[in-house]
Amino acid sequence: MRVTFTVNGREESAEGVWEGESLLYVLRERLGLPGSKNACEQGECGSCTVYLDDVPVCACLVAAGQAQGRRVRTVEGLADGDRLDPVQEAFVECGAVQCGFCTPGLLVQAHDLLERVPRPSDAEIREALAGNLCRCTGYEKILDAVRLAAERKATG
Amino acid sequence: MDFLRPTTWEEALAAKADQPEAVPIQGGTDVMVEINFDLRRPPALLDLGGVAELREWSMTGGHCRLGAGVPYAAVIDELGGPLPGLAQASRTVGSPQIRNRGTVGGNLGAASPAGDSHPPLLAARAVVEVESAARGVRMIPAAEFYLGVKRSALEPDELIRAVHVPPATGPQYFSKVGTRNAMVIAVCSFAIALHPRERRVGTGIGSAAPTPRRALEAEELLAAELDWDAPLDPALLRRFGELSARAAAPIDDVRGTAAYRVHAIGVMARRTLTWAWNDHLEKRAA
Repeated sequence: MRVTFTVNGREESAEGVWEGESLLYVLRERLGLPGSKNACEQGECGSCTVYLDDVPVCACLVAAGQAQGRRVRTVEGLADGDRLDPVQEAFVECGAVQCGFCTPGLLVQAHDLLERVPRPSDAEIREALAGNLCRCTGYEKILDAVRLAAERKATG
Repeated sequence: MDFLRPTTWEEALAAKADQPEAVPIQGGTDVMVEINFDLRRPPALLDLGGVAELREWSMTGGHCRLGAGVPYAAVIDELGGPLPGLAQASRTVGSPQIRNRGTVGGNLGAASPAGDSHPPLLAARAVVEVESAARGVRMIPAAEFYLGVKRSALEPDELIRAVHVPPATGPQYFSKVGTRNAMVIAVCSFAIALHPRERRVGTGIGSAAPTPRRALEAEELLAAELDWDAPLDPALLRRFGELSARAAAPIDDVRGTAAYRVHAIGVMARRTLTWAWNDHLEKRAA
């Protein structure tokens, strides 16, 4: 089947999509957007987190056909051209990235948190990121990065 | 595989009548896992995401009619007051991403004994509204809905429209055992709901039997012996824990042993009743 939806502000169509295929597969394998990572395929790890109509979801658990006519924003759509989003900048500066596999999902999820809660408490950050697994960093630098991004966004 | 995309409830019922083997998909948090892992190859997926009325809830006839497509995130944000037990259980589901997509209706459709919504629905005496094009609406009490491991009273041509939950008239609590505070499938769980007007206590046991179930003898014990004006009698509390544990019929599996689950159900029964009773007495004193 054919699936058409808006990705990062641009309308895209994928042809020959299998009906049981996930949104994640379509993004990575058909639309050339490999930022969202494919790891657990069961919603456990959060590395495929994308916005679906402004709500963060695991793209591996969305059937591609369910995205028909909707808006998707992936990690590739966070930056404004060459200008990184403050969340992305903070991850780089804080050393919140090691192997990098979990990073795209964490960026989208952290981005959503700061959109909803500009000055989150540590408990709120931990809760928001509870579904994003990182096996390298031990999370401390990720928490540092979210705190820094929150501070920068709040102070303009 | 077909991908069916109804945009109204009538279209959805017609599609299910036409292809009873079509698997309904809402948030996808169960169905897509099975497809991704090649555990299921249904001839058709019936996407209910386009049926807007399923995503609404309303207070009608003294009940909260919770549409089958309302995500856990909305239950948490909007229904913590009238449905505190269900909202507590919803907070323990998966992760924020899962709670943004997963629904109580989907939990009912999957009918896993470990589903987090089931114990609070049982304790609150919820009723499941199902419908088919041929026979119309059926109202099935939650206690009669679960028939076996991942089996429910839903007929092949029926879809879950909503679940009707009476708003709380007393304290409600949900407790769940798992290895961390997020992303946990229950090792076992327990829900309690005090119904002070009827002087009854509702219970729900999760992940400790082939189906979610009430602890009936434990409920009867409290109906017979609980003094609603007094502090909780420690002997009665202990007996309640014992009868709740006896209502469980768990198995050994990767998440825990049967013996552990029986023990934990007893502990959670005592704890949740204690929490609820403290609230009950506080409210009376106020």
